[in-house]
Amino acid sequence: MREQPGAPGTLICPAPHPAADRIQLGHGSGGKLSAALLRDRFLPLLGNEVLCQGGDAAVVPAGPGQIAVSTDTFVVQPIEFPGGNIGSLAVHGTLNDVAMMGGRPQYLTAGFILEEGLRFEVLDRVVEAMARSAREAGVQVIAGDTKVVERGKADGLYINTTGVGLIEPEFRPAPDRARPGDQVLLSGPIGRHGMAIMAAREGLAFETEISSDSACLVPLVEALRSAIGDDVRVLRDPTRGGVASALNEIAVASGVGVELEERAIPVPGPVLAACEMLGLDPLYVANEGVLLAIVPAARAAAALAALHSHPLGSRSVFIGRVVAQHRGLVSLSTTIGGSRVVDTLPGDQLPRIC
Amino acid sequence: MKYLSEYRDGEVARGLIQRIRRAATRPWVLMEVCGGQTHTIVRQGLTELLGGAVEMIHGPGCPVCVTPLEQIDKALRLAADSNVIFTSFGDMLRVPGSECDLLQVRARGGQVRVVYSPLDALDLAVKHPDKQVVFFAVGFETTAPANAMAVWRARQLGIRNFSMLVSHVTVPPAMEAILSAPDNRVQGFLAAGHVCTVMGWTEYEPIAERYRVPIIVTGFEPLDILEGMLLAVRQLEEGRHEVENQYLRAVRRQGTPAARELVSRVFRLVDRKWRGIGEIPGSGLALREEFADFDAEYRFGLEAMQVSEPVECRAGDVLKGRLKPVQCPAFGKVCTPEHPLGAPMVSSEGACAAYYNYGRFRGESAEMAAP
Repeated sequence: MREQPGAPGTLICPAPHPAADRIQLGHGSGGKLSAALLRDRFLPLLGNEVLCQGGDAAVVPAGPGQIAVSTDTFVVQPIEFPGGNIGSLAVHGTLNDVAMMGGRPQYLTAGFILEEGLRFEVLDRVVEAMARSAREAGVQVIAGDTKVVERGKADGLYINTTGVGLIEPEFRPAPDRARPGDQVLLSGPIGRHGMAIMAAREGLAFETEISSDSACLVPLVEALRSAIGDDVRVLRDPTRGGVASALNEIAVASGVGVELEERAIPVPGPVLAACEMLGLDPLYVANEGVLLAIVPAARAAAALAALHSHPLGSRSVFIGRVVAQHRGLVSLSTTIGGSRVVDTLPGDQLPRIC
Repeated sequence: MKYLSEYRDGEVARGLIQRIRRAATRPWVLMEVCGGQTHTIVRQGLTELLGGAVEMIHGPGCPVCVTPLEQIDKALRLAADSNVIFTSFGDMLRVPGSECDLLQVRARGGQVRVVYSPLDALDLAVKHPDKQVVFFAVGFETTAPANAMAVWRARQLGIRNFSMLVSHVTVPPAMEAILSAPDNRVQGFLAAGHVCTVMGWTEYEPIAERYRVPIIVTGFEPLDILEGMLLAVRQLEEGRHEVENQYLRAVRRQGTPAARELVSRVFRLVDRKWRGIGEIPGSGLALREEFADFDAEYRFGLEAMQVSEPVECRAGDVLKGRLKPVQCPAFGKVCTPEHPLGAPMVSSEGACAAYYNYGRFRGESAEMAAP
């Protein structure tokens, strides 16, 4: 048995102390501490037959067709926020991207960059949230990696995830498939994730009860697929840059214009209040649990009913339509009847002075 | 939401627009002073709804747009100092200086932080006693009281590592500069409601009288602005030139005496350069002698720094309403929101940025729009 460092009557032990409550550089050494980290903190929560094989690469069945692959790296601050943490976000964010291309998510890989000094209790909550989110989505984590960097070289932890989904040939939503006359659907109120993060960050002098909308959108995509199949022309989850940027990208990719109705776009009261106070536009604020769907007008009612059938989509609405005019641009009819361009921003939205 | 949705009601707005169009027997030229009002006008698409009854010239009341290049360059130099934590309102970060902007300074390792109140900057100074914390005090009379409060508190608490780079400007001298220009086209003003919340409107009475222009103290929501326009058009049609208060729920004739008192104890009136316009006598606020210790220009020896503006940027003519943004030779060519030459292309409140988007919407390419 290892002697307790500093205990009365013993020598000070120079080796890293394995019972510590936080990440040490030794956890990235590839030695016993690394193995213990994997054994004690990752495998019990994320482990499965494939992951526990412990080989240099995961070998999995992939079916005869195509696969959709997406990778994303998560550096969110704070690590834990109302409505989720970096772990749940790392699963939802990547799987949602796979689902938006019509992929049925099957597998996930996870790479962790851990900062020396990260408390295990935080890491445990993050890994638990990952495991729970993956389980809910019916996805296995099949490969993973951990690295440890010196204190000050990372903000606690960063996670990279890669998602793999199976494509079925009869369901191929894509950003370039919007056509004039199509309807734009939105699966829920906007702006919650971005404002929850902003409110949780140090230095913001207001308190709100906004929680992130972070959620797995796979069930909504499944509902749309079974209702109208490949008539789902475009799917997007409006994350960074919000609804405005996502629709601008679609308008450019499809060579069409998009017309939005301001009064139709649901913005929760607390989000609107925070945006008003900071001079931000909710259309540009990030979401992690809503999707945009573009469908032909004739199938729009069926698509909306399908979204309504799932609790996550119970507040789905039409927010606009695709037009042949002003190609590559998004316009908005304002509540008082004017119109304006909803442009892509050159960078992050900056709070205004007045 | 209370106090917001009531002032964004589409039906009431359409009624007001009808009344403005009926009241105007000829097209009138009005200027909204404040950038916040410009923002609402552009964001709500108000101008096109008026059908030419009123031409709005976007005034010089965007603090981001009028902060002179010289002060931006001073900010950039301070922010690059490894001993300084430079704090600012968010939208100053992308304003181009002579060489770069604050975002680029931050990327190169400068400590630049966005704060929402000067008192947050003061808190940072308390938390980081080993650093100098500088706050970029820009804006009109609206932001002056809180900035005065921060300096006042700093002195009271004996906080020695806090200072402000002051670039405050005041509205009435700018209005006079616009009205006294020989080629002025402005026939009436929507005065900035929140400036008047602090200052009241007694200062505007002699201006309305001398230049025979209606001045309407106006709020920021769509219905506020439409009502302000209607009051101005009525005065013009009836040949009146009075100061009228549309923004009844926020403004009294005397303003907020406690705030005015604090501002006048901490700041003094000085001549100030406006970006694109040049120096306007008595149009700026600077810290009084007894607060010189909190003046970043004094503390860091920047007083002598002088910078001249690039000649190809015609921001001044745009800010004065002499030139439509699309008439500027640089517009949409060397000057775009991604690579702005002058501040009106940077701020979402800026007239050039607004026209850039609007022109694209109308199907004119930026190249075609420029002469």
